[in-house]
Amino acid sequence: MSYILTNYGGLLLRAMGQTLLLTLSGLFFASIIGVIFGLLAVSHNRICNWIETIFIDIVRGVPMIVLAYFVFFGIPYFMNNTLGKNVTLSALTAGTICLSLNCGAYMAEIIRAGIQSVDPGQMEAARSLGLTYGTAMRKVVMPQAIRTMIPTIISQFIITLKDSSILSVIGFPELVNTAKNIVANTFMSFQTWLVVAIMYLIIILALSKAAKVIERRLNRGRKKV
Amino acid sequence: MAERKSDVKIHVSHLKKYFGKLEVLKDISLDVHEGEVVVIIGPSGSGKSTFLRCMNRLEMPTGGEIYVNGMNLLSRKTNINLVRQNIGMVFQHFNLFPNMDVLKNLMMAPLDLKKGDKIHLEQTAMQMLEKVGMTEKAHAYPEQLSGGQQQRVAIARALCMHPDIMLFDEPTSALDPEMVGEVLEVMKELAAEGMTMVVVTHEMGFAREVGDRVLFMDGGYIVEEGTPEEVLKNPKEQRTKDFLSKVL
Repeated sequence: MSYILTNYGGLLLRAMGQTLLLTLSGLFFASIIGVIFGLLAVSHNRICNWIETIFIDIVRGVPMIVLAYFVFFGIPYFMNNTLGKNVTLSALTAGTICLSLNCGAYMAEIIRAGIQSVDPGQMEAARSLGLTYGTAMRKVVMPQAIRTMIPTIISQFIITLKDSSILSVIGFPELVNTAKNIVANTFMSFQTWLVVAIMYLIIILALSKAAKVIERRLNRGRKKV
Repeated sequence: MAERKSDVKIHVSHLKKYFGKLEVLKDISLDVHEGEVVVIIGPSGSGKSTFLRCMNRLEMPTGGEIYVNGMNLLSRKTNINLVRQNIGMVFQHFNLFPNMDVLKNLMMAPLDLKKGDKIHLEQTAMQMLEKVGMTEKAHAYPEQLSGGQQQRVAIARALCMHPDIMLFDEPTSALDPEMVGEVLEVMKELAAEGMTMVVVTHEMGFAREVGDRVLFMDGGYIVEEGTPEEVLKNPKEQRTKDFLSKVL
């Protein structure tokens, strides 16, 4: 294990940085997608509800590895051969698209459930005072919804971090892909994968702890049920 | 558009409301005049709450007309938020914002709608709290208050928008019996100050004492209407008699 650490430690740390970069950019766009589709889901407009349902069904119904191959290889191929436009996607861009679509779909459902967990009387009270739907949502409903959403959102973030390993298949130099290369060079499977597992574990434990702190802070002054 | 007398605050004619295929309001007409206290009574499921909620379009009517302060509630061109700023509403379950203290509950809407500067709005809020006897709880959170206190805060919150009409949707139905009085007291005071009020309630004492007019609703219709004396003491309709014999 010390051999791996001394010779490949720097490489693995850089790979971990790439994993975090991919995860964070995925989470950033996933949050935007999640909020937009979550709001579409609770809208009173039926067309908006349909758009959300279709999006969720498609993204959830396709394994992410298939989505990754499709975005990274399928779309550029289609663009080049059918439309005659020369398009290449970097592994980071394709990876970000996959992660944000995938995580975004789950985020949308979390946000929908969070909003729906707030008593409809809250929205009515805010609207009856003359506030617009948007203001009532932003100032009254959302702050209450977020409290219930935080634990689920954090666990979704953790899942997304782990799912980023799937993107090793399109050659993005994240942890798993890098580890594969190291194993190919050294044949030290046991040591390499042990180091990688511990690296994931450390990041995820840190995230979980942070989640607990945030949760405790949000629940300050809130009655225990 | 029909001509209307200037002191008619709410004009309702031939109002209909369906929930899916269920016809909840069948043909309701009513004029509420300035300073009038109209009390709506009736069995549950008679449509009285739905009727009240149509008056600030929390429920969208299916047909008929409603004019509030001369503004057509059924027209898509009407800015409903502007109309609602002049109609206070008090709910059965108070619906205070649990994540804000009492003062923030009162000031949130006026601040957001830029009804004045913060200092001025805070003064107004404190005045309204004084009116409902809740100044000491200005910095308490709703969950720390009793039901009666929460409802008084909810009334103060509505008053902070300086509405000229107040709608009450069974304001005392969720309260413990000993707290009903304090809420009714505040409502009586409001009525005495000349507030135009529409009250859905089961409190017959309040209807008799404060109501200028009592409506008895059943099955989506206004079955009987008149002074409290007429409707509560000498009802003409059999359905009114049956209902009153059960609740009085």
